[in-house]
Parts: sequence; structure tokens; C-alpha cells
Amino acid sequence: MRLTLNGEARDAVSAPMSRLLDVLREEFGLTGTKEGCGEGECGACTVLIDGAPVCSCLVPLAQVDGANVQTIEGLGDDHPLQHEFMNEVGAQCGICTPGMIMAALSLGENPTLDDIKVALAGNLCRCTGYAAIYRAIMKANAR
Amino acid sequence: MTRWVGASVPRKDGIGKATGQARYADDLVFPGMLHGRTIRSTIPRGRVHSIRLDFDPAGFTTVDFRDIPGRNACDLIEQDQPFLVERDVRHVAEPILLLAHEDRERLLGANVEVQYDTEPPVFDPLVSTGVLKAIDILKGDVDAALATADLVVEGTYRTGHQEHVYIETNGVVAVPEENGVVVYGSLQCPFYVIKGLKSLLGANTHVRVVQTETGGGFGGKEEYPSMIAGHAALLALKSGRPVKIIYDRVEDMVATTKRHPSIVRHRTGVTRDGRLVAMDVEVVLDGGAYVTLSPVVLSRGCIHAAGPYRCENTRIRGRAMFTNTPPNGAFRGFGAPQTEFAVEVHLERIAEALSLDSVTLREINALVPGDTTATGQLMREDCSARLVLDEAVRRTDFRAKRESYRGTDRAVGLSLFYHGAGFTGGGERTLNSKARLDLTERGVRIAVGSTEIGQGTRTMHAQIVAETLGIPYEDIEVAQPDTAVVVDSGPTVASRTCMVVGKILEECALEMKARLGGMSPAAYHAKHGAFSVLKKYEPPDWVEWDEHSYRGDAYATFGWGCDVVELEIDRDTFEVRPIALTAVHEFGRPIHPALARGQIEGGTGQGLGYALLEHVVMRDGAMANAQLTNYVIPTSLDTPEFDVVMLENPYPGGPFGAKGLGELPMDGPAPAVVNALRALSLDVRQIPATPEQLAECDSL
Repeated sequence: MRLTLNGEARDAVSAPMSRLLDVLREEFGLTGTKEGCGEGECGACTVLIDGAPVCSCLVPLAQVDGANVQTIEGLGDDHPLQHEFMNEVGAQCGICTPGMIMAALSLGENPTLDDIKVALAGNLCRCTGYAAIYRAIMKANAR
Repeated sequence: MTRWVGASVPRKDGIGKATGQARYADDLVFPGMLHGRTIRSTIPRGRVHSIRLDFDPAGFTTVDFRDIPGRNACDLIEQDQPFLVERDVRHVAEPILLLAHEDRERLLGANVEVQYDTEPPVFDPLVSTGVLKAIDILKGDVDAALATADLVVEGTYRTGHQEHVYIETNGVVAVPEENGVVVYGSLQCPFYVIKGLKSLLGANTHVRVVQTETGGGFGGKEEYPSMIAGHAALLALKSGRPVKIIYDRVEDMVATTKRHPSIVRHRTGVTRDGRLVAMDVEVVLDGGAYVTLSPVVLSRGCIHAAGPYRCENTRIRGRAMFTNTPPNGAFRGFGAPQTEFAVEVHLERIAEALSLDSVTLREINALVPGDTTATGQLMREDCSARLVLDEAVRRTDFRAKRESYRGTDRAVGLSLFYHGAGFTGGGERTLNSKARLDLTERGVRIAVGSTEIGQGTRTMHAQIVAETLGIPYEDIEVAQPDTAVVVDSGPTVASRTCMVVGKILEECALEMKARLGGMSPAAYHAKHGAFSVLKKYEPPDWVEWDEHSYRGDAYATFGWGCDVVELEIDRDTFEVRPIALTAVHEFGRPIHPALARGQIEGGTGQGLGYALLEHVVMRDGAMANAQLTNYVIPTSLDTPEFDVVMLENPYPGGPFGAKGLGELPMDGPAPAVVNALRALSLDVRQIPATPEQLAECDSL
């Protein structure tokens, strides 16, 4: 299985029906992608596949053969969303944060509050009540 | 003016979390590591008859109660809960056997057959005869006052289980070390785990606990981690290899603690002009199958059961009952959300019975300085019930709004609430919490056992120390809670991490500052070398509490809140949509306004879920909807706009005037929601107020 992972061509040797989440975390050591529920409800394992946000716990490795997969690690450490999640306390416990940021990346420019709410509706946060996450995304877009 | 305290400085852990670099329990990998699994009971009550291992044992490590070198009991308030079942089963999902294997697929595929002799279970706390804990609070002569009251209003109010749904499930890794074991884990209270492990493993095994980054706790990782840590330690010691146990979501929901369901009965005597003259309250909590922390949950629940109101004749009788369900435990609010729900909905019903404005009823009876609570505690200047009530009513134009919505599908509801900060009564004195500051080459290091679980411990503590020492926030380093490095600061619970541990740190910093004599930490270190300051907590000397009579100062101070929720109902589907929520809170002074606001917004969101969505369906003693697919917590689309107001009324005993905050926001949303639903003529007296429940409500 061959995929583009965070911009680099990589071969994956895990079994084809392995969950992409496990392949990322265990074969590639990219532990920024988190498991929260294992059934596509919480969004903590959100990654981008060919630019679209997807729960990696629901995707078998075979399905990303030839695809472009992006994880939180692919963002580095200087993305405006990362800074604003920190500044606005959009991250409390932080376990949903990588998935939230990946989901937020799929928003177009200058999203409205409603756009943001809809885009994040598949990502659960138990700490913030979401308000600080909206503030972070709004501010990152204003930068 | 302060420079660091009161400023929303960058979180110490912010960037690690935003980049995915922060390390949680499941992110840790050790050479030769095995995965662990727990075989659990499938019946609510009975005895294990036989166990048959129906798999090829090659490569497996198997542990049962006979492998326990020390005591097979989780050392908490009582020592009644076994780490592993010996014979008697008291609830579904009780741990019986532990397995470990390096291949997770083989581990999960291993089949174990357990045969039982079953016994009839008890699920209803009102039917149960097993009293886990009883508490009686008495003030004045309730019976006489009820007999002469103008009106007596009665009612029964119920709340359901609530699941914590920290997005990171419980997980630990146990690693054998020379003469012992070290446990890395997602947990709130490393020294609770130490206590549990010492009892389990015996005095000859050296134990050390390191808190990993923790993906939410909310009380759910207060006492339970001792259990999973013990299991992993047993497997690690037997196999001689590191063992990781990470619960999947279903196991976490079925097997671990939840908020106690409650049944609260009120009988209240009032005068025609709306003065509370007698409050007779009965509180019943469903404790589940073992004691865990239920006695103290009941205690906090009972102390808050009369609400933030003045009443000279009050009787509160509390009982926590055993049932054959998994033990309930700590959850943000710790008994108070249940009893404050009951009293706040009851207040609304008293106003209805008197044909009196319910805000006016609260204005008449709200505690003011000079009044006493049900335990006889004198309210001081830091009592802000009227302050928060008046501001919330003014800010939302509550009375006019309520009138303007009459007859529509929209309504507003209000709740007034308070929350005692720190351990109850003499608890803080008994805890004897410590904090330490180390002078280092680069600045100052905080070495406390308080954990960062998202609420901002590291950041807020560093602000207090930087401010007191007069050095930059960036020069303060915070040690990872590792029991070999930090001191026991008491558990990270009870809204005490800022008010209590922050206070000890402030005192450490004052002493360090005096010793530095005007030099910077780096300059002092270069000249004289390192030193540390260790201090213990001293509660205010006026706090007096009698544990036997339940009289006295239950808490050194209280936080105060008033919530106003605006919501809309669909009259056909009974779906309720919260539209806006104004939360006016007074908690002394915010050390970090953005973190404090996050506590209020997050706690309020959890409270709204508790009110409307979160329904734990128990079937045959087990959670039947143990998945996020059908146990629903609020999403972004379920959560309304928050208008957060933080009023200040400093508490002299806290650092820079701060009180506790973490739990307060949990107490208000549920009664505010139900009171709004009552304004829509639905006679709601229990939560969660799901559409199914509302469809069956009587009309007012």
C-alpha cells in the first residue's frame, strides 16, 4: 500500500483492513491522531484524506492506497489555527484538539459562526462548550 | 495592579496540545510491551462457579485474585471493593480475570467462559435495604414550623446517571522496575493511586506513579484509575514486561463510575408573603455496589440541598444506598448538581403555588452576609447570592422577557446556586496538603501533585508564583506529577487546586522571595546554588466543623452563580433547543480570565447535556447504551451562545482573592432549563428532560 502522508510518499505494510488510525499511530508513530470512540462519533481521529475531513477509525488502510493523507503532524507547529487554539484556550485537555484543527482546516475563507458550527458538528469536545474553539477559528481566519 | 495574575497568558501546555506532540497514555510505547485486557462479570449478582480458559495459552499472562501479593481491596474510604472478584459478584462488569499478550488481536480473540450461581439483584435504591451512608442535618424545629406555615409545598425530583465522556478513555501503562513498578496513566490523583497500589502489592514492592497528559477527567479519573493501575501493575509484575491497558469506549462506559442518580423529596413551609420557614429534605442517592466515594458525595449533596437560601428550620436526611450496579463516583459537582436541581425546581413550584414571581421569591430568601446555612455556617462578606441574582436578572431583562414569551414556544428559566470550595468541613485540615518550589538554574520549578487535566493547573499555578516572586511567567517551570519528584498536594478535585494548592504556592513564593533578598533566581543560583521551599496548607483558623452533628463551617468559602437560559420547544416532537445562556458567576477573582471563562462555558455545556440529552439507559444492571452513538453529549450544534459574566468578590483566604470555580458551573444549567420548561406549562420534575419524558409530562 502506497500513500502520500503529510506530503511524503510512504509505503504501509500493515494489513489492508487495518484501521487507518492504527496504521498512523502504530506503523508511522504519528500519535497526534487520537482515538476517542472507535465508531466515528467523536471525531478525535479526524485526518484529511484528499483534503476532506474523515474519521480515521472508520477507514481501512486499503481505502487510502494512492490517496493523500494529512495529519496534525503535517501542519508543523506554526499554523495560525495552532496558535489561536493555544491563545484562546480552544484546547483544554487537548485530546480533541488535533481532530478539531483538522476539521477546521476544511473550512473555506472567512467562515461564519454557523459555518464553523456545522463543520465541527462531528467533533466532540467535553471541556470547552465549543465557544473558545469558535473564537480560535475566527481569530485564525482573521490573521 | 498585578502583572501576571488576571492576565490570559499562553497556556504552558497549549502548543503541545495544538501540535499533537503532547503525550497521552496510549501514546506511550515501551520495548517488549504487552497489551492487557479485563475479563468482567456478565451478571449483576451471584457467585463465580467456574472459569474456563478457552484459548491457546502460549504467550499469555493470566492473573486472578490469587496472584495478588497484598490486599485484594481498593483502599479508598472503605476497603470493600476488590481489585479482582474472588467469589462474590456484586455488579455487571466487575473485574474477574486479567489477560495480557503482545498481540492485541490474539488478546481480544481469547475466549473465557465464566459460569455463575446467580442471585436476585437489587437495582432500585428505594427498594434496597443496604444503607451505605446516612447523614442528618438539623437546624431549628422543622415540625413545629411546618405546622404553623401558611402553606406547605411538597415535591419529588429525580436525576439520572451521567457519564463523564472524557474524550480520552481510562488508560495506563505499568512498567516493572527494580523492586517494584511504575505506572504511567491518565489520572487526576497520583497519590490516590499510590495508596491503592501499596495496599494491593504490599509493603515490599516499590511503587511510583507518573501522570501522563490527561484527556479530561471531570471526576471520572479521581478514584477509578487506582483500579486500572492495579490491574496493569499485577500483569506487569507477573509477566515482567510493560503492560498497557486502554479501555475502549464501551468498556469505559459500562465498567467505570458515573454521577449518582438521585431522588430528592422536599416539603417546605412558607408564609403567604414568600418567606421560607421550614425545609424538610430527603436525599436518596444510588451508590451502586461498593462504597467508593459515595459517603462524601452524599455529604456534599446534603450540605447543598437547601440551596443558597435562608431558613431557620431545616432538616436534611440523606441516604446513599447499595444497589447491584457498577459503583457511582466522583463527577464534577459531587452531589450538589443533584440536590441543587431539586431545590431550584422546588423553589419554582413554591412560587407557582403562592402565585408569586419566582425571582421575587429568590430575592426574599437568598442568603446575605449575617445569615446562616443549614449547617449553621455564618455567611460573611464573600457571600454573593444577591449579587449574581440581581446582575443576571438585570442583564437578561428576565422579568420582561418572561412576560413577552408567555403563550409562545419560547421561554426563559433561571437558577440560583452556590458551591463550596475545597474539601468539606475538616477535610482540608486532615489532608495536610503540601506544595514545593525549587530554585533552579533557569528560574523556579513548581513541584506539586496537582494534575493538569485541561483546566489549566500548570498555567494558573505558574501565574501565582510569577506574580508573588515578581519574575517572568516564562521563568516558571512546572514539574510533571511524578510521585518520585513532587509532593502530595492532595487530590485534584473539589475546586481546590487554585484556592488551596495555589495558596500554598503563594506562601512558598513569599518565603522564597524573602530568601532571594532582591536577587533574581538565576543570579542567586549562580552564587549560592539551589534551594527548595516546602509548605503545608493551613485552613483559616475560624473554620469549625463537627463531623458528628454536621454543624459548622462546611466550606471556607462558596462560589455563587445565577444562570438564565432561553430555549425553544417543538410542540410536536418535544425537542428542546437552548438558544442562549447567561451565566453570572462570582468566584473571588479569576487568576486567568480565559481559563476561567473556559471552565464556565465547558461546565455549563456539561450541565445542559445533563439537563436535556444524556440518558444512561440501565438494563439488567448494565448501561445498555454504552456508545457515543446513543449516549449523546452536546455537539457544537446543540450548544447555545454563552454570555459569561465573572463578578469579583475576593476571598481573603485564597491566592489573590481566588475561590474555587471548577464545579460551580455544573450546578445551574439543569434547573434553569427545567424552570424554563415549566414556563412552557410542562410539569417537569426530572432530568434528563428528553423528548420521550416531556411527551409524558402533565400540563400545568
